[in-house]
Amino acid sequence: MATTTTELSSPPRDGASPAPARAAKERTQLPHVLFALPALVMFGVFALLPLLGVIALSFTTWNGIGAIEFTGLTSWKEVLSRSSTWNGLALVVLMVVATWLTQTPLSILLGAFLAGPQRYRNVLAVLYFLPLLLSSAAIAITYKSLLDPNFGLASGLNMDVFALNWLGDTTLVWYVVLFVIAWQFIPFHTLIYQGAVRQIPQSMYEAAQIDGAGRVRQFFSITLPQLKYTMITSSTLMVVGALTYFDLIFVLTQGGPGVATRILPLDMYLTGFRGNEMGVASGLAMMLVVLGLGLALGVQRLGGKDASASQMEGA
Amino acid sequence: MKNPQLSRRSLLGASAGASALTLAACGTSGPGGSGGSGEGGGGGGATYWDLSGEPGESITQGAVDAFNELDQGTVDLTFFQNDAYKQKIRTAIGAGQAPTIVYGWGGGGLRTYAEAQQVEDLTSFFEENAEVKDRFVKSVWGAATVEDKIYAIPNESTQPIILFNNRTVLEDIGAEPPTTWEDLMSTIEKANSAGIAPISLAGQSRWTSMMWLEYLLDRIGGPEVFERIAAGEEDAWLDDAVVEMGTKVEELIAAKAFVDGFESMAADSNSDQALLWTDQAALMLQGGWTYGSMKTSGNGFVQDGRLGYDPFPTIEGGNGDLANLVGNPAGYLSISSDASDEEKEVAKAYFTDGVMTDAVAEAIIDTGGIPVVTGQDEAMAASEDADYLQWVYSGTQEAPAFTQSWDQALQPTVAEALLVNIEQLFLGSITPEQFAETMNTETAG
Repeated sequence: MATTTTELSSPPRDGASPAPARAAKERTQLPHVLFALPALVMFGVFALLPLLGVIALSFTTWNGIGAIEFTGLTSWKEVLSRSSTWNGLALVVLMVVATWLTQTPLSILLGAFLAGPQRYRNVLAVLYFLPLLLSSAAIAITYKSLLDPNFGLASGLNMDVFALNWLGDTTLVWYVVLFVIAWQFIPFHTLIYQGAVRQIPQSMYEAAQIDGAGRVRQFFSITLPQLKYTMITSSTLMVVGALTYFDLIFVLTQGGPGVATRILPLDMYLTGFRGNEMGVASGLAMMLVVLGLGLALGVQRLGGKDASASQMEGA
Repeated sequence: MKNPQLSRRSLLGASAGASALTLAACGTSGPGGSGGSGEGGGGGGATYWDLSGEPGESITQGAVDAFNELDQGTVDLTFFQNDAYKQKIRTAIGAGQAPTIVYGWGGGGLRTYAEAQQVEDLTSFFEENAEVKDRFVKSVWGAATVEDKIYAIPNESTQPIILFNNRTVLEDIGAEPPTTWEDLMSTIEKANSAGIAPISLAGQSRWTSMMWLEYLLDRIGGPEVFERIAAGEEDAWLDDAVVEMGTKVEELIAAKAFVDGFESMAADSNSDQALLWTDQAALMLQGGWTYGSMKTSGNGFVQDGRLGYDPFPTIEGGNGDLANLVGNPAGYLSISSDASDEEKEVAKAYFTDGVMTDAVAEAIIDTGGIPVVTGQDEAMAASEDADYLQWVYSGTQEAPAFTQSWDQALQPTVAEALLVNIEQLFLGSITPEQFAETMNTETAG
């Protein structure tokens, strides 16, 4: 409280009188830290506190109901020596990469297409965004029933083409999971790109047309570069999201068959709540936190220093 | 200028505080919260979590409804799916949110609860109420006992694992119910060439695949091998019989014994049973409890006599007796130590006057189950399922050994490692030797 007041009343540090524009800018920043207080309290109570708890737990051995024993690095040794940790880590990295590679191009193309002015595109858009309304659990249950080799779509429609062991084959199951995730999340990213494409000033396209650029050329020379910052936002969400595709995979495959889809978050959950090894599960959770932060920062870095600066028209 | 700022600030503070309070309240108002519904005339209320799925669900609901009429307090019943329940209950107990009455399977799981003092020691209760204890078949108390103290009351029915078959399908493919390993392999071959799934298996649930291992190990090495494993003897998993058991699984996989897509089928949806009653599979190894649900949902499959049941085949050169059984001796109910005295009283009253009353036993028999209480022979003989009931009943009476389901007999941490490795074994991603070695290290660690 006191600090903000003094800061505001103190003369500008460089000694020069502030330009009126700058003063106005500072006044809009006046709402001080108190406004952030509810959020900070929430963040502290529901994010930082549990995080500290998890860090503490990762140095213990606890089966979830008995006494918590402080055992130093025992759980961490277990975390690092289990094959399922590395399997989960490899799968989650693969998941991040595969998700980004499949979803980004499709979302950009669809977003650019849906940004057009015609009415039919709005109708398509509404239909298209339907998966956004469904919860992961509902989607997973639906796909699980559809893909059941004995009672699913294939036997229902008597189409042997679909009678593959979709969720029971250790390789095939990956493509199914990627497809279902793409089906669920591409609409969301498309929505982001659609909004971004509509923000691109029409004058740029008009100028390009006068210069004789075709549609493809316009897309690659105007649309894509203008979407740079949107791509960073969308990619951050996608990458961090891919680390947490827990619910969908849990309902769809339970991490199976075997450990084929036992990604790290799922491994963490199953180790903690089915294997009753809370210490080890906390270690895995810490790995996820570090991985998530690292990836999110990495993606932001890709955008360069000005990534968080605002975009002015025609910049 | 000062005032609006202050009020704004206090408003923010108040709202933050209020929302934190609301959220905190959400955290503690779980089913275990002591603010029980005390509308019952004779006292407070006890909460009770049980497994969903017919016919057990209706029977338990009936038992609770009848008890609530007695004016000794109210039991508030909630149902969960089997696999979901197993995970939820431990978390709930660990978080101090357990229901008053905890459903369980006895064995290793009950042991961890007892050691952590999360469930009540009922020894003195049963000493004071000997007539309650004496109602039950003697053999079911073992899995409720930890170091000579009783922590649970047996409940529902005795549930051995049974090799079911579809008589119509077996007839169509020209096979008899298998009594030896060779029979089994030839039945598998015949079914496959007829385009019918030989064995229905809900492999995603993993305890379903485990039932195959339980019988294979029993027939190959005899019940002593698992007894040594359960007792935690050193290198017990390295017994030759364990590797031999894994080799038999490999043989089954190589012969395409299990239905296509078994790896992704879960038992919770009963689709393994549906395969059997829709004539799409010849055999199914499942718990005796599936008889009831096949009877209710099978469109006359059981009533028309198309369901066959037989002992698990013998294996040449093996030590196991054809009459040996594996499975669950009973379900078990414990009382949470966290419950209030009032809730515990209601729970004990339910144990005395609600669990396994004659009406409950009768209802169990009606659905094709063997109640864990004595003196039901007449009722069983009079039942429309008399053949099956008496077959299971005499089977459980005469079995030289009745091994408890592995995942229930073992400590929960080891049990989970076991289930993971079983799934890998059935996928062919690990060899029988690797299976034995991994389990041995897991048990030692």
